[in-house]
Amino acid sequence: MAGKTLYDKLWDAHLVKQRDDGTALLYIDRHLLHEVTSPQAFEGLRFAGRKPWRLDANLATPDHNVPTTDRSGPIEDEVSRIQVQTLDDNCDEFGIVEFKMHDLRQGIVHVVGPEQGATLPGMTIVCGDSHTATHGAFGALAHGIGTSEVEHVLATQCLIQKKMKAMLIKVNGKLGAGVTAKDVVLAIIAKIGTAGGTGYAIEFAGDVISSLSMEGRMTICNMAIEAGARAGMVGVDDKTIAYFEGRPYAPKGANWDKAVQYWKTLHSDTDAKFDAVVELNGADIEPQVSWGTSPEMVVAIHETLPDPAAEKDPVKAEGMVRAYQYMGLKPGMKMSDVVPDRVFIGSCTNSRIEDLRAAAAVAKGRKVSSKVKQAMVVPGSGLVKQQAEAEGLHKIFIEAGFEWREPGCSMCLAMNADRLGDGEHCASTSNRNFEGRQGYGGRTHLVSPAMAAAAAVSGHFVDVRSLQEV
Amino acid sequence: MEKYTQFTGIVAPLDRANVDTDLIIPKQFLKSIKRTGFGPNLFDELRYLDEGQPGQDSSQRPLNKEFVLNLPRYKGAQILLARRNFGCGSSREHAPWALTDFGFRTVIAPSFADIFFNNSFKNGLLPIVLSEEIVDQLFNEVAANEGYKLTVDLANQQIVKPDGEKIPFEVDEFRKHCLINGLDDIGLTLQDADAIKIYESKRRQESPWLFDAIK
Repeated sequence: MAGKTLYDKLWDAHLVKQRDDGTALLYIDRHLLHEVTSPQAFEGLRFAGRKPWRLDANLATPDHNVPTTDRSGPIEDEVSRIQVQTLDDNCDEFGIVEFKMHDLRQGIVHVVGPEQGATLPGMTIVCGDSHTATHGAFGALAHGIGTSEVEHVLATQCLIQKKMKAMLIKVNGKLGAGVTAKDVVLAIIAKIGTAGGTGYAIEFAGDVISSLSMEGRMTICNMAIEAGARAGMVGVDDKTIAYFEGRPYAPKGANWDKAVQYWKTLHSDTDAKFDAVVELNGADIEPQVSWGTSPEMVVAIHETLPDPAAEKDPVKAEGMVRAYQYMGLKPGMKMSDVVPDRVFIGSCTNSRIEDLRAAAAVAKGRKVSSKVKQAMVVPGSGLVKQQAEAEGLHKIFIEAGFEWREPGCSMCLAMNADRLGDGEHCASTSNRNFEGRQGYGGRTHLVSPAMAAAAAVSGHFVDVRSLQEV
Repeated sequence: MEKYTQFTGIVAPLDRANVDTDLIIPKQFLKSIKRTGFGPNLFDELRYLDEGQPGQDSSQRPLNKEFVLNLPRYKGAQILLARRNFGCGSSREHAPWALTDFGFRTVIAPSFADIFFNNSFKNGLLPIVLSEEIVDQLFNEVAANEGYKLTVDLANQQIVKPDGEKIPFEVDEFRKHCLINGLDDIGLTLQDADAIKIYESKRRQESPWLFDAIK
């Protein structure tokens, strides 16, 4: 018999019941909540007279709507304020632990979970947000769910699931200097396409993935959904285990030893069979920039923008034509010709301490170009912000002309006040470049934190390596 | 949930691939704490010429007259015909809520994004996967025939064309059962409450660190 994949192991460990109709009841260890996808679920519980099955499995924090500027007053936008207030009220009413807006621990739910040890290896983790795949970086089965399933998990601690197929994406060799986790995941999406992972749980492996920090692995798993896969994951190694030592909700004492023993089994067996295998060579990956309106529309920084006429698939070619029109760009241009009106460093993809350090290293001693209207840095949580300030990163950013903000989702999806104007280009460390995502008519270019900082100080997109070599 | 019955409806063609959830319902409308009322803002950025705001009276806004859902011939459409990877992007259930609130009961496409696909079933919206060839053919027929209608017969897993031709489609047995009977997933799962409790007590013994940490 072939060995088990990590996904097999996680699935088997959480199987409550296999039903005759092919579906399975899967137990959920951790449920993270935020204000956007939960109100209708709580309303559903109230309407049916149901109570949460297990309170201690849940952790909530507002992130999408919170202002990233001064928070001394109430949230200005009334509709946003009501949504955040509704989360507070629901958590109070049902007894769910919530890090409210003024709590130092508040932040983007996918930054907060691991930071607190609320995310642990071997868990099943869900949240009403597609970027829940982030938590798979720790050897967990984590994926996004809709509001009906948020209600289902609250009421039953389970989900009705069908097992996905398993895909292995191996990134071999070594990354070149100046190439980061974000470049790796953008290169993967460019290779397999935004639907390449549909129906799969993806495991990321290979020397490049092993060499990444936990922050880097989170960045990769975070964007599994941009390749169509609900879940992305990485096997447990010593780095994974070391990450959790001393985290508030991580096991302690004898439980820690017992947990570590179990966590060490959380990797695919060497003879495990995958339904699909994709391999990339780390040395081939260069700093990436998205040019279009889908995360697969990506080029390496020195490449020219592709010609739709050369695309054989007519549906894809039409998508490219539409993207060029929306983005105000032309085939054959180079991304170094494009001026970002705004620069956004943040989001659940790239707002952790390592991301801020990488951006600060580029910003240090330089100034945001006068061509750039606004450059902002939005830490992923209150604790990331505190850590960055302890390291003096905020001073580097402020001196360079960046705005230093309060934690939240911010301009990744512009549900709060942070957004692009019509037609504005943005160098953004977020995860989606869909039409209108960062603001009506806004034009997003996905990049790594170092590449975003480089674009900010140069006044156009640029190969960050040219700044690092100076 | 209402029972999903056989119906015959007008088909509206949305000829683009990778229609994402931000396009289906832009983020400013996600601030609602209700499940209803999203219909007027379905495809907001395509349907109107201005930027929509929550709480606005959409009937007063300037329409993009070229957008397919604004064309008189597709008024009252219940079936959306789309291209590959429909519903990619976020997990927001507001996307199927907006489609059903507008009046759609089914979306036909060559492929769907996983989370959207799953969310649709839970809201009485039937996503039907047909081959690229058949979808292409349907686009042609819709374009050529004003008032083109299809009959969606979930019980028999087939679409019936105006000329009587039947197109079979696949659907998961459990999901079909829930749709046809209008069943609530939670109620069904709670029938297995004992199995969940047995699993939970075993897990508490094996992995005690997973319990009682957050309180």
